[in-house]
Amino acid sequence: MEYKLVDFKTPVHNDWCAGCGDFGILNAIQMSLYELEIPPHQAAIFSGIGCSGKTPHFINTFGIHTLHGRVLPFAQGAKLANPNLKILAVGGDGDGLGIGSGHFVNSGRRNIDITYIIYNNGVYGLTKGQASPTLKLGMKTKSLPQPNVNDSINPIALACISGFTYIARGYSYDIKHLKEVIKKGIEHVGLSFIDVLQPCPTYNDINTKEWYQSFTLDENNPSIRIPKIYKLEEEGYNGVVDNDEDSSNKIIKAIEKSKEWENRIPVGVFYENKNTPTYEERLQSRIDNYKEYPPALQTIKDENGNPNINIDRLIDELKTR
Amino acid sequence: MVISRESISWVIGGPQGSGVDSASHIFLKSIAMSGLNVFGKREYHSNIKGEHSYFSVRFSNQVVRSPVDDIDILVTFDAETIVRHSPFLIKGGILIYDPDVVGKKIEDIHTLDKSSEKRISHILKSKNKEFSLAGIIEELKERKVILVELPYAKLISRFSEEIQDHSLSKLARITNVMSLAASLAVLDFDIPLMEQGILDTFANKPTIAELNVKAANFTYSYVKEKFGAIPEKFSFVTKIHNEVNSNSIIAQGNQTSPLGKIVAGCRFQTYYPITPATDDSEYLESNQILDQNDKNSGSVVVIQTEDEIAAITMAIGAALTGVRACTTTSGPGFSLMAEALGWAGINEVPLLVSLYQRAGPSTGLPTRQEQGDLLFAISAGHGEFPRIVYSSGDIEESFYDTIRVFNYADIFQTPVIHMLDKYLSNSIITCNPFEYKNLKIERGKISKGNSIDIKQQGFTDHFKRFKLSGDPISLRVPLGTENGIFWNTGDEHDEMGHITEDPETRISMMEKRLSKLELIRSRIPKEEQITIEFENNTNGNVKKLIVIVSWGSTKGAILDSLEKITEADDTIQFLYLQIKLLNPFPARLLEEIIDNKIEKLNTIDDTSSSIETIITIIEMNYLSQLDVLIKQNTKLQSDHNILKYNGRPMSHTEIYNSLINIINNQSERRVVLKDGV
Repeated sequence: MEYKLVDFKTPVHNDWCAGCGDFGILNAIQMSLYELEIPPHQAAIFSGIGCSGKTPHFINTFGIHTLHGRVLPFAQGAKLANPNLKILAVGGDGDGLGIGSGHFVNSGRRNIDITYIIYNNGVYGLTKGQASPTLKLGMKTKSLPQPNVNDSINPIALACISGFTYIARGYSYDIKHLKEVIKKGIEHVGLSFIDVLQPCPTYNDINTKEWYQSFTLDENNPSIRIPKIYKLEEEGYNGVVDNDEDSSNKIIKAIEKSKEWENRIPVGVFYENKNTPTYEERLQSRIDNYKEYPPALQTIKDENGNPNINIDRLIDELKTR
Repeated sequence: MVISRESISWVIGGPQGSGVDSASHIFLKSIAMSGLNVFGKREYHSNIKGEHSYFSVRFSNQVVRSPVDDIDILVTFDAETIVRHSPFLIKGGILIYDPDVVGKKIEDIHTLDKSSEKRISHILKSKNKEFSLAGIIEELKERKVILVELPYAKLISRFSEEIQDHSLSKLARITNVMSLAASLAVLDFDIPLMEQGILDTFANKPTIAELNVKAANFTYSYVKEKFGAIPEKFSFVTKIHNEVNSNSIIAQGNQTSPLGKIVAGCRFQTYYPITPATDDSEYLESNQILDQNDKNSGSVVVIQTEDEIAAITMAIGAALTGVRACTTTSGPGFSLMAEALGWAGINEVPLLVSLYQRAGPSTGLPTRQEQGDLLFAISAGHGEFPRIVYSSGDIEESFYDTIRVFNYADIFQTPVIHMLDKYLSNSIITCNPFEYKNLKIERGKISKGNSIDIKQQGFTDHFKRFKLSGDPISLRVPLGTENGIFWNTGDEHDEMGHITEDPETRISMMEKRLSKLELIRSRIPKEEQITIEFENNTNGNVKKLIVIVSWGSTKGAILDSLEKITEADDTIQFLYLQIKLLNPFPARLLEEIIDNKIEKLNTIDDTSSSIETIITIIEMNYLSQLDVLIKQNTKLQSDHNILKYNGRPMSHTEIYNSLINIINNQSERRVVLKDGV
């Protein structure tokens, strides 16, 4: 059956603020699934808590809106129980890098084939604009009583050292580019992380749409306007790992790139490594038929309702003689 | 008080990491192979090496289900074990010890705890003995304890001569097998069975096995020659080879529940390392490839997560794909799981949590026994949602219960907490092999195949996961099912699973979920909710009925005690009930069983006077949490609470004594037991 873009949408009323960056991400996800021709029922989108957490309700695939910070373990559990599913995980920066940071780091150790998208706006929007883990030190967004006293997390660098195997960034108002970054992430076999810069029009009055889309003037030639956001691939950056020896250099390069902020903010693919075995492959090496007969698809009872199992061997091990 | 001569109590102790475990394993295996029944339990510190640990085994030609305080045979190779355990040696018991440790000062045993020091000091003072190991030995002699000296160093060097192997560092590790062989010699135990026990324990290490067999035989004959005059009383039991039980198995609590999971079809389990729950997952992972009847090869995926929050949420994620999923933990981990438990509740996800209790709060006594988590298990998580809390009374039950609890989770589409504990997990029993082939797997309302027919299922346009109908249980479909797209959210949701704050929908959904509580009580068979574990039939005028109510692993010690009491005196009427379903609480059923019993006794009794009923609650906590539940839910008023919270399981000895006091009207309302090393 052929699917249309509309097949990935639900009639659920969307209550995000007008001008919210989340809309761009939502559209990019729907378009990615449509363009990759993923049947809606074979995909499941998991989300954390916050404005971004509502995303699954607007997408016509299985939608699992989980707990604050726990989106990754929920999603990983589903993927490992049924590796045939296409699993996406979405959530805010507070959700994934604050309360969920332990899961973020440990997911990297597993490299399960999931695509994780963080809606990064620097604030806790739904609770009215507190500082999130990605808000820079000293910033005072409008609802903060005092400037931010914490330093910020660098999500790209954290993903690099945690073991994510596809690490990219997008900007929520450049849907076309963002969609391509997400599609690559979905197609990447392994754990993908996409950091999406997403203005919060209501609470982040510093990193606004205007701020992201501003220009600086070239020192030597003031007639040249340099856009703040630029695409890595357009400036000759290549984060794809060709061989294993190359991997640590590429990680260091990606981390260096990720430090660029203020006047020049890179988007695109920072790092990609196809050589790290996925957790599914690691399981497959222990369980011969894991992929074709994963936990979710096993027959556990016979037609009489009795256990489809023989544990005589295990009971024999316990026999007293 | 000497509790029983029909069973023998054997204890081996030593510093952790010194081989107490392998020695006890050989002992258990050998004894069980002879056809005797055994009950063993392991006590250890939260420590890797050096602190005192011990293993006690009680064995008999009759059924044994619990430990006793008295020791018949104490096997030691260090000073601390003598100091800690020798006070419990019965008159005429046997101490196997290294004469070289007698020179050690008690003050120099840095791992000795205050209770043990106080106990021995009190004994020595009252007997006018010097506060020293020599004093202890003298006191034991006075009590007619038989002293079997095993000078390990000397024996090892003689043994090394005999086998022409002088690598003493290797030989130093055989002290435990020597002590074990000495105790089997004392029992005049069958040598081939001892050898078999050793070979079995070291099955994967043939050279070590062989060396140990030689050392055991060497020690066995040494003891036989030197201490030929050991009284027969300890050997009578081992001479009875009970052929009837030749088919029995010897199983630990941390093997039976995972075995049950395999049979139940649990194919996904998560855990974060925690005592005493981890063994369950390790057993499962060690036996991860499964033989299916249909010749397919099954498997169970076991994941060690970064924390318990990931453990439960990963298991929930897996459960959404249709697999039977479980997470296994203990109190501290379960505390972290509370929020996610509510998520599974509001989204009606079948999920099993195996909760191996240990003494809390906080880290508490990490390796010790307690039943302190009952009220927490019943109320963990904010808000209201239905959950089943079910508990197992012994190791054998825990196998069958595991299949039940998975069925409950699927049938009622809600989380189930299976209460187990450290004592069950680390105890070992002989029992009948599990009859699993005819057990039923009931998956409740779940779609089969990879798609559903919307119209056939009665939906007009779109599948509704939380369809409101007369039945609180709606059709569940696994993720990936065609035409079955649904949404889940921790927010209140509508029939599709989308967020709603609509007050009417809220009422409908609350009622849908919480009406499951009544459904659970009405659908789970009564005998699965409360088991009548013991009921004797006295003749003649019964004036007193003692009703005992317990939950969980105190069962064995209670049953052993009741059998002993009623054997000696059949004029007391007992009714012993184990409550297995703890939430929703089977209140009416409990009242009904007790009322029926009283009524029955009244009709037998021809006098007009009514029967005095004494209700006794037995459990391992401070608050008497089961009693709290009983008072909350029923009109019943308890007369006695037998409690314990020192981290050591209730012994047969303690419960027997407590019940005798109740029979003789000499018991306090609240009895706190304190035994255990």
